[in-house]
Amino acid sequence: MLILTCPYCGLDAEETELHPGGEAHLKRVGPEGSDEEFEDYMFARKNAKGVHFERWRHAYGCGKWFLAARDTVTLQVYGTYRAQTHAPPQDIVDAIRKVRPDWQPDWSHAE
Amino acid sequence: MTHTPPFRLARGGRLIDRAFQIPFRFDGRYLRGLRGDTLASAMLASGQMLMGRSFKYHRPRGPVASGAEEPNALFGLGQGGRFEPNQRATTTALVPGMILRSQNCWPSLDADIGAVNNWLSPMLPAGFYYKTFIHPRPFWKHLFEPIIRRSAGLGRAPTDPDPDRYEQAYALYDTVVVGGGIAGLTAAREAAEKGGKVLVLEQNPVWGGRTPVDHKAGEATIQALLDDLRGRANVTLRRNTMATGLYDHGYLLAREALADHDPNQGIPRQRLWRIRAGHIVTATGALERPLAFACNDVPGVMLASAVRDFIVDYGVAPGQRIVVVTNNDDAYRTALIAQEARLDVTVLDARDSADGDLPQAARAQNITVLTGSAIAKVTGGRHVESVAVCDQKGEGKHTGTIDCDVVAMSGGWSPIVHLYSHCGGKLLWDEAQAMFRPDPDRPPLGADGRGNVTATGAASGDLRCAGDLERAEGATMPVWCMPANAPYKLRAKMWLDYQNDVKVTDVLLAAREGYASVEHTKRYTTLGMATDQGKVSNINGLAILSDALNQPIPQTGTTTFRPPYTPLTLATIAADARGEAFQPLRKTPLHAWHERHGVSWEPVGQWRRPYCYPRGDEDRHAAVNREILAVRNSVGTLDASTLGKILVKGPDAGKFLDMMYTNMMSSLPVGKCRYGLMCSENGFLMDDGVVARLTEDTWLCHTTTGGADRIHGHMEDWLQCEWWDWQVYTANVTEQYAQIAVAGPKARDLLERLPGSIDLSQQALPFMQWVEGDIAGMPARIYRISFSGELSYEIAVPAGRGLELWERLQEAGRDLGITPYGTEAMHVMRAEKGFIMIGDETDGTIIPQDLGLGWAISKKKSDYIGKRAQSRSHMKDGARWQLVGLESLDDRVIPDGALAVDEGTNPNGQRKTQGRVTSSYHSPTLGRPIAMALVRHGTGRMGQVLEFPLPSGEVLKGRICDPVFYDKEGARLNG
Repeated sequence: MLILTCPYCGLDAEETELHPGGEAHLKRVGPEGSDEEFEDYMFARKNAKGVHFERWRHAYGCGKWFLAARDTVTLQVYGTYRAQTHAPPQDIVDAIRKVRPDWQPDWSHAE
Repeated sequence: MTHTPPFRLARGGRLIDRAFQIPFRFDGRYLRGLRGDTLASAMLASGQMLMGRSFKYHRPRGPVASGAEEPNALFGLGQGGRFEPNQRATTTALVPGMILRSQNCWPSLDADIGAVNNWLSPMLPAGFYYKTFIHPRPFWKHLFEPIIRRSAGLGRAPTDPDPDRYEQAYALYDTVVVGGGIAGLTAAREAAEKGGKVLVLEQNPVWGGRTPVDHKAGEATIQALLDDLRGRANVTLRRNTMATGLYDHGYLLAREALADHDPNQGIPRQRLWRIRAGHIVTATGALERPLAFACNDVPGVMLASAVRDFIVDYGVAPGQRIVVVTNNDDAYRTALIAQEARLDVTVLDARDSADGDLPQAARAQNITVLTGSAIAKVTGGRHVESVAVCDQKGEGKHTGTIDCDVVAMSGGWSPIVHLYSHCGGKLLWDEAQAMFRPDPDRPPLGADGRGNVTATGAASGDLRCAGDLERAEGATMPVWCMPANAPYKLRAKMWLDYQNDVKVTDVLLAAREGYASVEHTKRYTTLGMATDQGKVSNINGLAILSDALNQPIPQTGTTTFRPPYTPLTLATIAADARGEAFQPLRKTPLHAWHERHGVSWEPVGQWRRPYCYPRGDEDRHAAVNREILAVRNSVGTLDASTLGKILVKGPDAGKFLDMMYTNMMSSLPVGKCRYGLMCSENGFLMDDGVVARLTEDTWLCHTTTGGADRIHGHMEDWLQCEWWDWQVYTANVTEQYAQIAVAGPKARDLLERLPGSIDLSQQALPFMQWVEGDIAGMPARIYRISFSGELSYEIAVPAGRGLELWERLQEAGRDLGITPYGTEAMHVMRAEKGFIMIGDETDGTIIPQDLGLGWAISKKKSDYIGKRAQSRSHMKDGARWQLVGLESLDDRVIPDGALAVDEGTNPNGQRKTQGRVTSSYHSPTLGRPIAMALVRHGTGRMGQVLEFPLPSGEVLKGRICDPVFYDKEGARLNG
């Protein structure tokens, strides 16, 4: 029963208000992609023990999708941010590094 | 020595009111207790020490504890719908007229035939199921399993519905203190002084925990703390409330007993608090551990703390002659209290010396104290009669015998660490105190990454938390086996887990057989797996295991602490979400009309849709047939309001819909409709419906009834997370409109009878177009679309006018035999036309190409959701099952889901399959059964016959044919 702050409406949302959407920052592979690229996009998930970026929809609130940086072991939330980005903002990265100095960003693309 | 009255002492009993007697019934006998009694104290006061039979060996058992950790004294309580099994006598308050039944015994608690297992116990060691019941193989199913199933399970499940009300409430607090003893109340005062909302939860009806029993000045100290807290506006005190589990980010569940076992108060029986706490303080105290000596399960062997609780709280003497056996100073409190109550007391102390304040006080009261001593064996069957005394360091050689009727044992204390551990808090082994206690450096973390749980008082390992009230205590000496070098014969009678009958020898056997992990040993021996979850047994068990494995205790570790701390009744978890309130019911604007006209409902998601409208003596099948023929021959109306309606608007709406649908929507002219298919990114068909272009930049997308919310969410997902720079808005307007399908050859005649501005002629409104205007004085949008295969109009009006339009239609069409029809008639008619239905022809593994819908997939578009997936080799494999029609050769409806068998068998020895029936009906239009099926290479196998074996052994035959059974040319629908 997590609590995540919706970055759109600012509410601290109870997990029951939210709808999970799996791993964040996936890059869509369209008709031009190879079989391997498409397989990776469609099925390969990080299942991280530690820092994880994930998609959540404030389904019983403002209806917006947002992204969360969370630690799957300690349950610490490093921050939530709007979904309209290809990589987490710097303040989120800083918050992660503060707790896990060795952490390296590993999302599949950054633009 | 015999167990003799009086059991209720002449004086004392701080919780009872001697002026009020309370009658209750136990196994048919009438007994009496006093107001303030628990079931356990009332039964002990009645001389009833025997309270249950153990699970495996059916040994006679009495209460061991006085609280939530009690493993033995469990009863079936109440009658009918209020019957509840496994109710703990030590925590259940006595209520007038209570009816108790003993469990796990037959024919009675006193004469239990299952006790024969006790004599067989040498043949029933740990893991005996796995070892014994393997061979011969066929015996398992027909002999062993039925017998084991009959003897498994403790208590009987109630058979009637629970008549009581339960409720849930949500609360937010800055600090929640769990435990209303001295540590908890002190912590609450500290938190309250700092500010913020503070909640204090206490599991019992009374405050104070152990302090009022253990300390002369305890009650006054607790009262002063309570007075202070009650005067503070930011503090809430809640008794009778058990914190059962702690979850992520400070989510705490607590069960408040409001009217337990007393249904006459007219209030909910229990309330489940769902609390969000900024910080949690666990002041949950500690549990006393039993000692492992031979026959430590005979009724009358109790925890030392429980013996003094019964004396001080309830004025009940569990016996007249008490032997206290201990490895610590605390148990001397029991000796002193028993002595003061004029009971006969002897203390056996396993330690070589005992010189703390408490032992000295005991000696000063002329209590006999034997140090370095132990119990070799307890004698007695249904009740303790005597103990054999021996040297703790020896092998059990008797040095004397003491006649007694109660043994008060204390093996030290274990902090209650459950809540601290539920959500990831770690424990450390405290060698000096021989206990696992919360590691303050590794608490559970909150969302901010900081610890959000603090343990305090005895729960943190500080057993002397009563501050000034405490006296100096000597050190506890770990005693895991009494005497230390007991031979096998004695160890085989030392109980660890009372409820599940796990003994020291069972754990030793598990260790010998290679069970090195404490989690595996738990499951192999069932140690700690009973309804008490091993509250009194686990630490002793893992200490024995560590010893056998020759490793330190922290290396063995504990088993996982999982919520709930004490059992939670399912009714509390369900609360008001029962019956009609289980989930919301969605009603169309025509719901009441359907109900007035004899509707037979079909649940579709949260909606209720008319399945059909039986008339007179008609059954559902006859009603459906009549409705279909009415539509085919004249005209019918369907409530289509539940169909999803999603507005998509904006400069990039066309481009967006081209991605959402497999076909081209951007090229659809204003005023026209197009049937569209929606696939998942994995290529599978997930929804279908008619899309209408309303204006240059606005489309209205119809979805399936069940798909409306999901498809709207799907669109929003892609718009917000992938193409966020596209200018598109979506709105789910499903409930804004009432939509009525008017279908049949007389549909146009009927609509033209209603006054209005709309030209419904074939020239003005041909198939797959829509028009806006006025009908019967209502603003309406009319779509010329058809799911029945007949001439058909779907009319959308504002939801509030739906009933008016429906009634005007019924009135205007009376002479035409207008017939309201339901979803089943709709389903049969669409199958006659070979139209697919999401959920029938699709199951999440079907692509449009399988269903002959390749025509609805644009070849011109470079991309759409699912396009890449559909180009994978398996999706293009010619061996995929394809949609065909089936003609039954037996003139019988082939059951939905029936499999078409193929030659040969698969590796599991099962017949190979080559297809399955996806929709199957009797067609009243054609007067014969029709079916749709997915068949390997189906479209190339017209005329071939497939076999469908039924579970009954019969084999039905179907011939592959075109899936369109009716009006192949579409003349009727275009008419």
